[in-house]
Amino acid sequence: MGEAIVITSGKGGVGKTTTTANLGTGLAHNKHKICLVDADIGLRNLDVVLGLENRIVYDLVDVVEGRCRLRQALIKDKRYDSLFLLPAAQTKEKDAVSPEQMAELMGTLKSEFDFIIVDCPAGIEQGFKNAISGADRAVIVTTPEVSAVRDADRIIGLLEAAEVYDPQLIINRLRPDMVRRGDMMDIQDIIDILAIPLVGVVPDDESIIVSSNRGEPVVLDQRSRPGQAYRNIVRRLEGLEVPFMDLEQKTVMHRLRTLFGIGGKR
Amino acid sequence: MLDFIMKLFRGSDNSKDQAKERLRLVLVHDRASLSPGLLESLRGDLIEVLSKYMEIDEPGLEVDFDRSEDAVALVANIPVKRVKREND
Ligand SMILES: Nc1ncnc2c1ncn2[C@@H]1O[C@H](COP(=O)(O)OP(=O)(O)O)[C@@H](O)[C@H]1O
Ligand SMILES: [Mg+2]
Repeated sequence: MGEAIVITSGKGGVGKTTTTANLGTGLAHNKHKICLVDADIGLRNLDVVLGLENRIVYDLVDVVEGRCRLRQALIKDKRYDSLFLLPAAQTKEKDAVSPEQMAELMGTLKSEFDFIIVDCPAGIEQGFKNAISGADRAVIVTTPEVSAVRDADRIIGLLEAAEVYDPQLIINRLRPDMVRRGDMMDIQDIIDILAIPLVGVVPDDESIIVSSNRGEPVVLDQRSRPGQAYRNIVRRLEGLEVPFMDLEQKTVMHRLRTLFGIGGKR
Repeated sequence: MLDFIMKLFRGSDNSKDQAKERLRLVLVHDRASLSPGLLESLRGDLIEVLSKYMEIDEPGLEVDFDRSEDAVALVANIPVKRVKREND
């Protein structure tokens, strides 16, 4: 029986789709059977980030409305045989899928895949509530900005109300240089405020844009720093303890290590 | 030491510190809010409890959050019609 993980955020544009593509690809690379679900109905994006946009025939709404079988809608990845995408409908309303339909779909997918990763719409409206239905775990993505962290706080409350407990945090687009200058909140500041456990920190990096231009997730690029950050998150999702990358000053790293009970340098 | 001198020149108005403080205040407010549904159910419960002791003007009852700069209070305005006697 697999696990359904939703990738959420309050604010839009903070990196949910990028995160979904990279974690899915990274998990598939590590031999897991993965299904990515683009639940951002009306704003289909995940196909493009994965470079699969030309292969789409059916979508999520076609499946739940019975216009095709699940098998027919699943698109196999170019690189990994164990990675599939269920694309979003592009022309439907945000609430074209009900919570009951979504939960049922998750149940079906969990019997076939190790992980189902759901790319959610931003915000707190019905589309979001539909997308998180049937989820086992949630990851919240934020950037180190006031508005994004504030909106992440709302999402924590809404997830709890929907009985999705113990969400984990990804801080995306961190700029170590700005943190050092005192012009960006650091990792610890954000954890203190949101009070949920951290599962990863991804630096702001041009290679993310280059890789989405190409439709090749950066997690596959061995030399890229965000690629390394995503590989670390993948291993943490697999249940391994992986030390956090040294993106900031030593002092913060030290505080983090003590916070998570991770010993000295390995 | 260098840090200290830098602070002297810049004051402590790092934009990061401003971000943290503004976030703290905004979350005090955000977190102290109930959905309209919950607020309505709180109203109902209040009326039920209070009615054991007094007759209140139900439509006139107001419950809401009072938000000041950095604290939040729940304020209720409850018009009383008649207080019950011991053996009412
Ligand atoms: N760590 C990063 N560094 C640089 N650019 C990023 C990073 N993460 C995301 N982006 C860019 O930000 C934009 C929004 O990301 P996306 O994943 O589509 O967000 P969302 O799905 O939350 O709306 C995209 O153009 C993406 O390439
Ligand atoms: Mg998106």
